[in-house]
Amino acid sequence: MVKVTYVAADGTETIVDADEGSTVMQTALDNSVDGIVGECGGAMMCATCHCYVDDAWSDKTGPRQDGEDDMLECAADAVKPSSRLSCQIKLTDALDGLVVHLPQDQV
Amino acid sequence: MDNIVIVGAGQGGLQAAISLRQDGFTGRITLIGGEEGLPYQRPPLSKAYLKTGDAGALRLRPASFFAKAGIDLIGGLWVDHIDRNAQTVMAGDRVFPYDHLILATGTRNLRPPIPGLDRALDLRTLQDASRLRAALDRPKRCAVIGGGFIGLEFAAVAAGLGHDVTIAEAAPRLMARAVSPAMSERFHALHRDLGTTLHLNAPVTDVTEDGITLQDGSAIGADVVLLAAGVRPNTHLAKVAGLPVENGIVVDAFLLTNDPAISALGDCAVFPNPNTGQPVRLESVQAATDHARLISRRITGKSRDPYAAVPWFWSDQADAKLQIAGLAAPDDEALAGADGTIWRFAGDRLSAVETVNNAKTHMQARKRLAGVPIDRAALFGTGFDISAV
Ligand SMILES: Cc1cc2nc3c(=O)[nH]c(=O)nc-3n(C[C@H](O)[C@H](O)[C@H](O)COP(=O)(O)OP(=O)(O)OC[C@H]3O[C@@H](n4cnc5c(N)ncnc54)[C@H](O)[C@@H]3O)c2cc1C
Repeated sequence: MVKVTYVAADGTETIVDADEGSTVMQTALDNSVDGIVGECGGAMMCATCHCYVDDAWSDKTGPRQDGEDDMLECAADAVKPSSRLSCQIKLTDALDGLVVHLPQDQV
Repeated sequence: MDNIVIVGAGQGGLQAAISLRQDGFTGRITLIGGEEGLPYQRPPLSKAYLKTGDAGALRLRPASFFAKAGIDLIGGLWVDHIDRNAQTVMAGDRVFPYDHLILATGTRNLRPPIPGLDRALDLRTLQDASRLRAALDRPKRCAVIGGGFIGLEFAAVAAGLGHDVTIAEAAPRLMARAVSPAMSERFHALHRDLGTTLHLNAPVTDVTEDGITLQDGSAIGADVVLLAAGVRPNTHLAKVAGLPVENGIVVDAFLLTNDPAISALGDCAVFPNPNTGQPVRLESVQAATDHARLISRRITGKSRDPYAAVPWFWSDQADAKLQIAGLAAPDDEALAGADGTIWRFAGDRLSAVETVNNAKTHMQARKRLAGVPIDRAALFGTGFDISAV
């Protein structure tokens, strides 16, 4: 199990136990964390699973995947250096305790 | 309102249930689906799933989600009747009362009257896909009836796995309903380069033990025949209940049928195109989920706006990611940009943008198409830089 904390735009925190190998997006959907939509099911065809990786974790989540930049450019909310598509962040042991912040809008 | 019943637990039906909870609906939600198991997404059925066989990766939400969200999911149950006077739906001897009913019944494969067609496999459900996968256990000759998105996605995967693939398409070009002639050409070349044989203007007249026969009499040997010649909306329930049906369940700009207690969404619904007012039926994840969100906002009183979402669609074929933003009629004009982007115009208004492996332009187009109409001259003026219009 990998612990992930989602911080909503209004500051509400949701902490969930995720399966290793799942993604930050799928884990949010599975646990009714509002604020992640994930329209295309992780095919990198939309930007509705946008999240901001907490500064303390950005080294561990690594850089954006190929193609993420282009999709993020049209995310509904402001894109920051910490912006990622949460479907592209795979959960491993090394990410146990991960904190991500959610934007106000996804669509 | 206490009781909402959703018939069809696919992409759109599930999204309606989820959105209703997110929008604060506290009454009962009953989500009834004919297929067994948890709701799943279909797009990977003709893409990743054919390669990996990983059915778990398809499910949209785990079982625990439904309990937590208070959504009564009933799988493996076919609704067979709507009683609009009593406001109930019936499935066998089970009766479900509703204050509002959402029809999300999707489509089924079109089965044209071709002799021997029962030998051909379908690709609509997970069950279909797993059957198809099993049939591809060793190198085979595959014949695909229909050169639309699903047939072509299958063909690309099958060719990539080393099968020998032939496509027979009745129309003069591939994906003719959905993309420009130039894009059809581009994908024709792509499939030819994968080693696939393509026959255009080639209606299939027979499916035999040995393969398929084309209208010109030529016989194509095949061990596996896939039928991918389009779909029919599941409108039977609505029709018998006396709701208007015309190539789909007819709804207004608020996605309501002519019965104010019944909405319809997604693949089975015909709604007014926000740009033209013409009735249109779309088969896409985008339409199903955006419809669902609008219905939820309307029911919960969050918004009274008519439906106006920009259509978008994608298709993965080999290494080409085709993306379409907007909606073009088949004869809308097509102009090719230097980077391969195809710009479609209805008169002088930009109607759609077709891109391949160019997510940036696709996303920009989606954004801009949601705003004021984009004029051809304005786009010309920027040298086809849509972000600068
Ligand atoms: C192989 C394949 C690949 C695709 N690829 C893409 C793609 O790349 N991009 C894209 O945007 N779209 C794609 N699509 C289309 C997309 O999957 C559909 O547009 C979407 O699923 C529509 O959602 P829906 O809720 O309207 O219908 P569905 O998801 O089809 O759900 C309808 C459900 O209703 C059930 N049902 C029907 N009648 C009854 C009844 N009487 N009682 C109970 N249940 C009933 C059906 O069993 C079905 O499960 C693809 C489709 C297929 C088949």
